[in-house]
Amino acid sequence: MRKAVAGSPVGPFEIPVPAGARYARPVDLGLSPCVRNSTSAATHSAEGGGVLLSGDTRRGDHPASFENAACVPLRVAIRRWMRGHHGREATTEGPIGRARGAAIVTAEGGAALAGSRREDHSLVAVLSGAWNLERPAPHFASWMETALAAAPAEAGSVEGVAIDVSALETWDSSLLIFLQQGQEYCEAHHLAFETGDVPSRITSLLALARVVPEHPVAPDASRPSRIARLGLAGLASWDASQAAITFTGEVAQRGVQLLRGRVRMRWREFWVVVQSNSSGALPIVTLIALLVGVIIAFLGVVVLKRFGAGYYVSYLVGYGMLREMGALMTGIIMAGRTGAGFAAELGSMKITEEIDALSTLGISPVEHLVLPRVLGLFATMPLLVVYADLVGIVGGMGVAVALLDLTPTQFMHGMLYAVELSDTLLGVFKGTIYGAIIGMAGCLKGLQTGSDAGAVGRSATSAVVIGITLIILANAMIDWLAALLLI
Amino acid sequence: MTTAATAVEVPNAAPPLEVRGLTMRYGATVVMRDLNFAVNRGEVFVVMGGSGSGKSTLLKHLIGLLPPAEGTILVDGEDFGAADAEARKAVLRRIGVLYQGGALWSGLTLAENVALPLTEFTTLDAGAISDVVQLKLALVGLRGFEAFYPAAISGGMRKRAALARAIALDPEVLFFDEPSSGLDPVSASRLDDLILAVQASFGTTIVVVSHDLASIYRIADRALFLDIEQKTMSALGDPAELRDHPPNDAVHRFLTRSSEGVT
Repeated sequence: MRKAVAGSPVGPFEIPVPAGARYARPVDLGLSPCVRNSTSAATHSAEGGGVLLSGDTRRGDHPASFENAACVPLRVAIRRWMRGHHGREATTEGPIGRARGAAIVTAEGGAALAGSRREDHSLVAVLSGAWNLERPAPHFASWMETALAAAPAEAGSVEGVAIDVSALETWDSSLLIFLQQGQEYCEAHHLAFETGDVPSRITSLLALARVVPEHPVAPDASRPSRIARLGLAGLASWDASQAAITFTGEVAQRGVQLLRGRVRMRWREFWVVVQSNSSGALPIVTLIALLVGVIIAFLGVVVLKRFGAGYYVSYLVGYGMLREMGALMTGIIMAGRTGAGFAAELGSMKITEEIDALSTLGISPVEHLVLPRVLGLFATMPLLVVYADLVGIVGGMGVAVALLDLTPTQFMHGMLYAVELSDTLLGVFKGTIYGAIIGMAGCLKGLQTGSDAGAVGRSATSAVVIGITLIILANAMIDWLAALLLI
Repeated sequence: MTTAATAVEVPNAAPPLEVRGLTMRYGATVVMRDLNFAVNRGEVFVVMGGSGSGKSTLLKHLIGLLPPAEGTILVDGEDFGAADAEARKAVLRRIGVLYQGGALWSGLTLAENVALPLTEFTTLDAGAISDVVQLKLALVGLRGFEAFYPAAISGGMRKRAALARAIALDPEVLFFDEPSSGLDPVSASRLDDLILAVQASFGTTIVVVSHDLASIYRIADRALFLDIEQKTMSALGDPAELRDHPPNDAVHRFLTRSSEGVT
């Protein structure tokens, strides 16, 4: 044993470890950083079967003793260590912490060991020491190998394995694992496995672990071939498009029924959606539309100035915002904000069986949940687009006035000369379509949510991805039609 | 040794869990007040009471999820509430909790669920962890389900898998929140068997929150009754004893499933 370092401000602890004990790694007491450094350094210096642990447990100026709260981590750590090693705190020398002191911890338990002896035709596994999950324990197959190699050849063939636990000190799951391995090994090698001397509280657990599961377990299907995967993906996308078309049809049908007064609309929910998508969305729409207007104007200033046509920047801002960017940017914002929100909300309702509860009452989830949401978005999108157009134009005008020799009046005059009402209406029309797309993509994905927590996240993600993809697709198609119709 | 040796407090002398003067509150609402009890080592201790009596809230206090409004909770004689992060972690290492719905992590397979506490708290290598995981899943009758995700198995199996996770570290104290809720009678009784087997074999101290009478009579060594009207504990003892000699009406009504008082 090492001597406590007299006069030093650290409290050393000595933990003698029985000879022959092997540790896979230095003992880590898991102390707080302030004591860990000195402790872990000392644990390496295990000599002659002893380990010296030392650590400064002082905290502030409080006189710390072993019972002081400041020492709790140390005390807990030592207890935990001892639990693992079946040690016993014997003595402390003086108060620990502020002054000097030492605690001596005697380890009673040896390492988990499995020896062997021969009895007639069977090998006996002599288990001793403390079997603890956190310490390396023998593996049955390697024990068997060693035991067979050590057995004298003239003793004859081995017909069984017996377990001797008379020298066993303490045990936990690590012993069960060893015995379970033994049982399986002996079964595989047609050997008898004797657990006659093992206490019943151990064997009853072994028996419990061997209970056959109630359902035969089919192993997870192996990965299908490449062609099969292609086919499965094709079938899945066919199903998805069919579901999307059915859903769109159902929403449209309910919409028509609503106009005919055959559907009871939940107006309260409708107005909640209208509120959250109008005034609630204004700040973000303002920010994005203003910046988009500014960006278009910068583009115009830089490019048009080269041709001496800086004045026409007002045309670019006007056309750009009204026909394309106002609606597109608002659509993208709403897909990220509201589409994802719808998917997550309905997805959570699916998981908590709220949607099933509606269906069993004969209430269509489309009528009750989807219609107010889609219509709410459908109604607010045109308003938001008009607002985004205005803000964008103001942003563009700011840049034009600042960078070109233009007054606001000149800018507005130039823009109104070129832009027609049909440009604004085209943008508003696009926005309305986008609103329907976002609302339906969000609600559909929400209703299609799976049953685990991750499914809600996946639904929200795919609602946004599908929403934005469809918006851009719709934008291209509407522009194409507009070009054909010369709008 | 140079100076006189003083004995150090012997570990495990204090009860594994002791509650002194505990008051639980949600905001200004007092859920329960003046709770005083100690759980003995190796016993099955049941906290019973009607719905809304604060059983689950008490459990959350015992496992440190909620701080006591007043009073202290001592784990192995140490104040759990006042412990710092290190000491807390050391305590959490020694307890296991089975939540009401299982609370398996849905993104992990059963094997990964059971392995997580082992990788978090021990230095075992992958092979050893896999051995432990297989043993624990086999103990709860889920051998062969290692690669399944929680969504793919039934509610009863999920609960047993959660038990495998709770006993992964061979805890000294095991907490159960309504173990039989949502289970059919056979599965519930199977879970009771498991609780008793774990207690008998590992000597684990078990704290169960329950209002399932069949299960309470079967497994409890002692039971604590939380009285929703008085907002405090009104009985503590062997449940059969409490049924035969009820200290008050509420206990009698609860333990006999009757709506009338003692005649």
